[in-house]
Amino acid sequence: MEQDITIQERQPKDYKSINAVRWCPGCGDHAILNCLYKAMAELNIEQENTVLISGIGCSSRLVYYMNTYGMHTIHGRPIAIATGVKVANPDLSVWVATGDGDSLSIGGNHFIHAIRRNVNINIILFNNKIYGLTKGQYSPTSDRGFVSKSSPYGTVEDPFHPAELCFGARGTFFARSIDVDLKNQTDLMVESAKHKGTSILEVLQNCVIFNNGIYKKYSEKEFRDDKTIFLKHGEKMIFGKDKNKGLVLDGWNLKAVTIGEDGYSMDDVLVHDAASMDNTLQMKLALMGTDSDELPLALGVIRNVAAPVYDEEVAKQITVVQEKQPKKTFTEFLMSSSNLWEKK
Amino acid sequence: MPTNTVVTDLKQVTIRFSGDSGDGMQLSGTLFSTLSAIFGNNISTFPDYPAEIRAPQGTLHGVSGFQVRIGSQGIYNSGDRADVLVAMNPAALKVNINNLKRDSIVIYDTDSFENKDLEKADFISDDPFKELNLSSVQAIPVSITSLTKSSLQGMGMDNKEMIRSKNMFALGIVCWLFNRPLEIADQLLEQKFAKKPNLVQANIKALTDGYNYASNIHMTASTYRIETAENNKGFYTDVNGNLATVYGLIAAAEKSGLQLFLGSYPITPATDILHELSKRKDFGVKALQMEDEIAGISAAIGASFAGALAVTSTSGPGLALKSEALNLAVMTELPLVVIDVQRAGPSTGMPTKSEQADLNQALYGRSGESPIVVIAATSPTNCFDSAFWASKIALEHMTPVVLLTDGYIANGSAAWKIPDMDEYPDIKPNYVQVNYKGNHEEWSPYFRDEESMVRYWAVPGTPKYMHRIGGLEKDAKTGILSTDPDNHQFMVDSRKEKIDKIANDLPLLEVLGDKDADTLIVGWGGTYGHLLEAMMKIRGEGKKVAFAHFNFISPLPANTEDVLRRYKKIVVAEQNLGQFAAYLKSIYDGLNIFKFNRVKGQPFIVSRLVEEFIKIIDK
Repeated sequence: MEQDITIQERQPKDYKSINAVRWCPGCGDHAILNCLYKAMAELNIEQENTVLISGIGCSSRLVYYMNTYGMHTIHGRPIAIATGVKVANPDLSVWVATGDGDSLSIGGNHFIHAIRRNVNINIILFNNKIYGLTKGQYSPTSDRGFVSKSSPYGTVEDPFHPAELCFGARGTFFARSIDVDLKNQTDLMVESAKHKGTSILEVLQNCVIFNNGIYKKYSEKEFRDDKTIFLKHGEKMIFGKDKNKGLVLDGWNLKAVTIGEDGYSMDDVLVHDAASMDNTLQMKLALMGTDSDELPLALGVIRNVAAPVYDEEVAKQITVVQEKQPKKTFTEFLMSSSNLWEKK
Repeated sequence: MPTNTVVTDLKQVTIRFSGDSGDGMQLSGTLFSTLSAIFGNNISTFPDYPAEIRAPQGTLHGVSGFQVRIGSQGIYNSGDRADVLVAMNPAALKVNINNLKRDSIVIYDTDSFENKDLEKADFISDDPFKELNLSSVQAIPVSITSLTKSSLQGMGMDNKEMIRSKNMFALGIVCWLFNRPLEIADQLLEQKFAKKPNLVQANIKALTDGYNYASNIHMTASTYRIETAENNKGFYTDVNGNLATVYGLIAAAEKSGLQLFLGSYPITPATDILHELSKRKDFGVKALQMEDEIAGISAAIGASFAGALAVTSTSGPGLALKSEALNLAVMTELPLVVIDVQRAGPSTGMPTKSEQADLNQALYGRSGESPIVVIAATSPTNCFDSAFWASKIALEHMTPVVLLTDGYIANGSAAWKIPDMDEYPDIKPNYVQVNYKGNHEEWSPYFRDEESMVRYWAVPGTPKYMHRIGGLEKDAKTGILSTDPDNHQFMVDSRKEKIDKIANDLPLLEVLGDKDADTLIVGWGGTYGHLLEAMMKIRGEGKKVAFAHFNFISPLPANTEDVLRRYKKIVVAEQNLGQFAAYLKSIYDGLNIFKFNRVKGQPFIVSRLVEEFIKIIDK
């Protein structure tokens, strides 16, 4: 049978809904939203087969700005809800917009369990280290000692690093971007979508009102090259304005060196392997720059490995069972019960 | 000892198997009830489990019981007191003193009635019957354990394995007492242990020897023949309430042509719903054991959004955890079936014991004005119809439905006639691409059908109807976020009106008994069998009384007020402190309501109901 197949090229604007965007001017969320439009256009996914699920928090308003199917749900639960969407219909492209409060505090349980199951959903984690929608309380990613409305004397607790949770839950995909780095961020969204399984994209997102400038040391042009490293699978781990710095192993630890100094040559610089099942080195890379400034903060795809996908496995079990036996109606099923008798 | 055994005919009998939770009493009871059902009796069962999986052997809190009532007619419940008790140890005798009649037959295992066993059950003398003041019962000592061991000698089993079959020896005795053919029991054992042929052999041997032993020694002066049920031709199987619930959901999925999806988390006494649906991959059921109760309902809401018949199953404490997500389904107006198999609360309460105290939680346990549909199943077999109705209403009216069952009907079983599915109505959701007549560009997600007030269902994958819904209030016309005062009033009213209108689709409330009596007995949910029998007994004593039992609670059947206003006295009987009575009073002014409430974790006792209701009738 011949079919007239027209490949429709979708534009970023095709993913915009009619709703007016209501985030604060200067908020990092605007940039994330625009990258998402671009990423979806690049993926050219059908709007009617795309579902966005969000929880509660500033980030979660994103759903309203998408011309796709979407549900703005309740605090902490979007990942569990997205799991239901994806398992019920694995043909849908399912995305979650969530924040550090939504997914690492109230929804922490769903976050780790979705990752453990490896449900094929794309989670964009907006990490601004603050509760913005409730006007400025510390979050589970706020640094120790952080002063906020609910911690006027500074917090006395350590933060989660999302990567540690992801790896601890046996995550198969972890990437990190900075809200203002539009080109890379768009690419990382595309990478997330292409990964089969739960993908976590941690976006370092600036809250212009309650936590302004916390990522400045990485995001500003003048520091960015020296304070961050963009990791690419199969490529040398080099960074710096002059591309002359690299990461090497020093015993069990990572060390930043200048190539050509202290006897280090390009041969000593590590090559990034995002596909390694052993996540030891990936974990070290993901934690660089989080608790101290000695090493650059890692951006890009840090881990991307193949593993069985939950929604596919659920569907597969059904197929296997149904292939073994002829399909029965409900009545036929009851009539074939081993525990059946007739009253005459 | 008598030399001849005569056969006496009985209309019905209640038998209780009781022993340690490791003694296999549930299996003896299930087999006996199933073979009786196959034999042609009506049955009603009551498994009474302890909370502990294996409490210390021989102790009072480790006793596990299984009561079955069989007969030709009037088997509406599992019976008040047992005609026959099988007591595998002294603890089983002691915990059942209130479940015995004056002249009950008590068959007990002498091998486990020795002094050390008596001590474990806190007896102070060496004569437990005397100590419990049970001189009037017909006590029949049988050394069940040692006879089972002799029966199985030479089959290559060790001591422990042989002792495990003592429940079958006991069952053999009961089969002789009630003239049950062993062939059916043998077949059932072959099915049950199909993968363990050695066990089948051993169990059949113990069963047969138990039967023959009782026959050879003429254990009682009389054996009994239970009349078979009046003819209601057709094919039957036996189901407990949880299984019937599962079947109702599968039937609804078939009628609606939708995939059945369960998001759940294990909780007593609802877990069997998760087990049974997990098996049904042949029907394409996707049953997910999620990480917690909240994830269970959340996944179900996601599946509902994606177009499945979505269900979550739980008990009271789990429903509490689900309440916020349930409210999301109210606000987004998505179809969802929430099954609450009620147990005694509050908090962890008594997980293995039954109660009806989650009604208020189902009706009111959410923030804001949150109208919802509440249905209560009335018997193990009615769980099928109730689950089917719950699914139909959820899908056709775009609303969550709470289906209340309870531990008593969920675990209790009865013979169930295979339904003729042609007699069940179709299920037709209000799909936007089918029913919406306007232009898709003007459509928004809270557009409603004018008649039913039901919004249109646009399932992801449907072109042109992309939309966003959520927990925030939306504008009725545009679907965009709104805090407009008039719009909120309109949306709150619309959600309520939509639920109220469902009453038009429900069967009318039926009145049984003397419609022109002064007193109406009112009940709801799983107490139906006990209340029905109480009503019949009262009429049998020459007194007039009517009875109305509610299957649909929110909304109430359309004729509810008409029925209630016809009676001078209404007695609402329920296993809580008066939640349904308060609900009726909150809707209908001026009713003369009396309350009968018991929260003992045990089924109603019919004789007690009769006594109390007659006091009210005679007032």
